[in-house]
Amino acid sequence: MNEIATVRDVVAIVLVLAGAFLCLTAGLGLLRFHDVLTRMHAGTKPQVLGILLIMVAGAIRLQGWSAIWMLLLVAAFQMLTAPVSAHMISRVAYRRRHVRRDLLLVDEIRSGESVDRVYRGDEPADAPPEQPAASLRASRREDQAPSGGSPRAGE
Amino acid sequence: MTAVYWAAYAMLGGGALLTLVRLALGPSLLDRVVATDVLLVIISAGLAVYAALARDPTVVPVLVVVSLLAFVGSVSVARYIGGMLVHAPAADDRGEEGR
Repeated sequence: MNEIATVRDVVAIVLVLAGAFLCLTAGLGLLRFHDVLTRMHAGTKPQVLGILLIMVAGAIRLQGWSAIWMLLLVAAFQMLTAPVSAHMISRVAYRRRHVRRDLLLVDEIRSGESVDRVYRGDEPADAPPEQPAASLRASRREDQAPSGGSPRAGE
Repeated sequence: MTAVYWAAYAMLGGGALLTLVRLALGPSLLDRVVATDVLLVIISAGLAVYAALARDPTVVPVLVVVSLLAFVGSVSVARYIGGMLVHAPAADDRGEEGR
């Protein structure tokens, strides 16, 4: 049962080894690259391709549809969530200056740096697009008002 | 078959070890977030390799849980660091100069 008997087993083993190799390259890249963005670039290799290869190998080797559906669920979930978390981490990394800007070839946010600095994602939803910082400051002032008399008590 | 086991687990273990080194060294919190994410992915890859090589489907539900946990963990820590950024007073002053 556990021996290499058919072509399917050989294919599954090749896929498993390829996925494991991608995990090794992720570790290497994570250790050797310079800043957060390049480390994320190395880290997403097993997150998408490595997991997919190993899932396909598992689907080839395992019997029963329930296991295969669950592997498919894991693969789909990984492909849905990897871009979301990568987007959030890289955005925060850029804003906290964890990026080696001298190594960037194209930096599209930097040319509009003042705009990016003004939109901090924490504005009230009805903030006017010309002055989002002003309404952010106003709302923060309301938050910091002494709690004894609520600023909106008059309403 | 034994050679396949050894090769796959050696590569996975090497990757996990290097990721742990980055997790310990990582100069910033975000480096550690990325390293933790990759470490969880390597753990789930190891579970899937075991399931595939041993034809054992009992660990497959654990994969779903681990991948869910990786996403929730990295996103919540990224949101937390972003919140620290928004409420830093120095960032507020710079924002006014930018206009």
